[in-house]
Amino acid sequence: MTLRDGKAGMVLKVKHVADSDLKQRLMAMGIIPGTQIKVLRSAPFGDPMAVRIRSYNLALRREDATMVEVQKIS
Amino acid sequence: MPSLTVALTGNPNTGKSTIFNELTGAHQKTGNWPGVTVDKKEGYVNYEGYDISVVDLPGTYSISTRSAEEQVVIDYFQHNTPDIVLNVVDSSNIERNLFLTLQLLEMGIPLLIDFNMKDEAKKRGMSVNMHSMEQLLGMPVVETIGRSNKTMQKLLDLFISIDMKRADPSGMLKEYIDSIETIRNSNKPIHVIEEDVVAARYAMIDRIVEKTVTFSETEESCSEKIDRYLANGMFAPIIFFLILYAVFQITFSWIGQPITTILDHLICVSFAGYAGDFFCAVGVSDWLRSLLVDGIISGVGAVVSFVPLIFVLFFCLSFLDGTGYMARVAFIADPFMRRFGLTGKGIMPLMLGFGCAVPSIMGARALDSEKDRIISMLVAPFLTCGAKLPVMALLAAVFFPDHAANVVFGMYLLGFIVAIFAAKLLGVTLLKNDTAAFLLELPPYRMPDMKTVFLETWDKGKGFLVKAGTIIFVCSVLIWFLSKYNFHGFAAQMSESFLALLGGGVSYLFVFHGFATWEAGAAIISGLFAKEVVVSTLGVLYGLADADTERAAEQANLFLKSGIGTDFTALSAFSFMVFLQLYTPCITALGTIKKEAGSWKWTGFSAVFSFLTAWVVSLLVYQIGKALGLG
Repeated sequence: MTLRDGKAGMVLKVKHVADSDLKQRLMAMGIIPGTQIKVLRSAPFGDPMAVRIRSYNLALRREDATMVEVQKIS
Repeated sequence: MPSLTVALTGNPNTGKSTIFNELTGAHQKTGNWPGVTVDKKEGYVNYEGYDISVVDLPGTYSISTRSAEEQVVIDYFQHNTPDIVLNVVDSSNIERNLFLTLQLLEMGIPLLIDFNMKDEAKKRGMSVNMHSMEQLLGMPVVETIGRSNKTMQKLLDLFISIDMKRADPSGMLKEYIDSIETIRNSNKPIHVIEEDVVAARYAMIDRIVEKTVTFSETEESCSEKIDRYLANGMFAPIIFFLILYAVFQITFSWIGQPITTILDHLICVSFAGYAGDFFCAVGVSDWLRSLLVDGIISGVGAVVSFVPLIFVLFFCLSFLDGTGYMARVAFIADPFMRRFGLTGKGIMPLMLGFGCAVPSIMGARALDSEKDRIISMLVAPFLTCGAKLPVMALLAAVFFPDHAANVVFGMYLLGFIVAIFAAKLLGVTLLKNDTAAFLLELPPYRMPDMKTVFLETWDKGKGFLVKAGTIIFVCSVLIWFLSKYNFHGFAAQMSESFLALLGGGVSYLFVFHGFATWEAGAAIISGLFAKEVVVSTLGVLYGLADADTERAAEQANLFLKSGIGTDFTALSAFSFMVFLQLYTPCITALGTIKKEAGSWKWTGFSAVFSFLTAWVVSLLVYQIGKALGLG
């Protein structure tokens, strides 16, 4: 699954970040393989999504979240 | 006197600017970094006989030349060697913050690392062992709790006592920097190297955090609880509109507008009156008196009377920004804004356009990409600002007495629709390039630092007064000249002036719009000065001495009995309203575009683009209306 499919309350672990223009920015913001991500909530209509990474909250669009391959932990 | 230079660097939302403002107070100057729309802030503080100059570098998450802000930081360190580089780190968010710290250390820049917001970290169950941190990195560290005199005292004492030349990277740090060097020198493709570096950096951060930070379980933070209402689902937009409504009320009804009205009265009526009498008494010739009173004093009045609005509005916005709410606004507005090629961050500047295009254009500075900034500046003037409202109210009352409110509301809607479609159009044609991704930190809610709020407000207000003010002033004098003179000298009446002549010329553009009269042309020209002037121009031209913008509805009857009723049909009046709603921004707005976009090119483009849009849309309205038999 990718981060796009994350639902509020899920805890996910990053497996891989796909190659794209965004990859470097995502990684600099702390999304690298092994990182835990908690899905917090969504804006109206479910997009963008808010997630918690490394003790801060980040908002990103679901479209961009497809770049992040994850594994569900809980 | 011994002197020191200190550079502040760090992530956004770490309290860095608060530290800068608390340190330097009013002794600041702001400008732009060369060639980019990034604020450059420098300040001075005198402490214990030391002359300390402080520069506040833009807040960045990393320095990898992705944005103008990051380039500014890199350029700064390539050309300057400050005595002290203070790296401000948010203690409650160490992991991401240390990313920049390590990047700076890799560049060989010795850092004084300030672990700020210790109190907030504590609330989140985190504490950092300063001693081990210092040992681990070999760089001096300090712990602060944001705004407080004690914090500033602590930092200033450090600044004058510390010798950064003695800061020596620890063995572990040296080893790390060497390992990064090895990765960079490997033969892998460049993007693989960059990713390996990022991974190595976070691996190092994990090691540092493991050795220096202790976590304990805490309850859900306060910010999380608030966000369940302010940034979650369908409830959030309702709260957003309530907050926006409150900001508009404060600015345009409760505080800003009343002060503006008083100032306007003081300058344009009382002072102008006294000055006029005085010039009369001392025998100043008529034309000079008119230039001084009707041209210069009114021109200055026009600029000055805008200032309270700008100050009050920016006070509210700086305050909201300081709380962290603006990031939530961007978050909830993104689904809507993206349909038109913008991001959620664009909603606030756009909404401000309903108040006044000037703060709206200034607010575009907060957007991420040059493309978004320019688009936002170009489309905001389509909206119905506070000055267009009396024009719309008057014309609606005159020509559509039974449906005035609906017609005015229709104009609001039209302005908004044209603005978002123009944004879409500009995005796919003229300004297509990167679609900047939407990655936005949602910082914890905080009580804003009032010093920072006041300084930001003052800064915006002053910027407007100086830069836009000069242009507005020159144009006011020009308009005065046009309305008072003709080829034979001083014109007794406006109908004999250059303005009337130009109005006649302009009217040829509207032959197919149904309002090709010189009066309409003159009103359109005078509206370039300020939109509300259209009301008084129409008042003068149709022989109603005191067209009062406050009592539009009551005057409607008087108006209709004058020539206006025969010059316009309901359809041509509607088309005229559409044109006035959309055409070229007033000179105040254009002056602001010049200041913010930094080019005459976009200023000119804005003027022409809006004019053409207005021309086409109003033409369509009139011709389609006629075809449907409405006119």
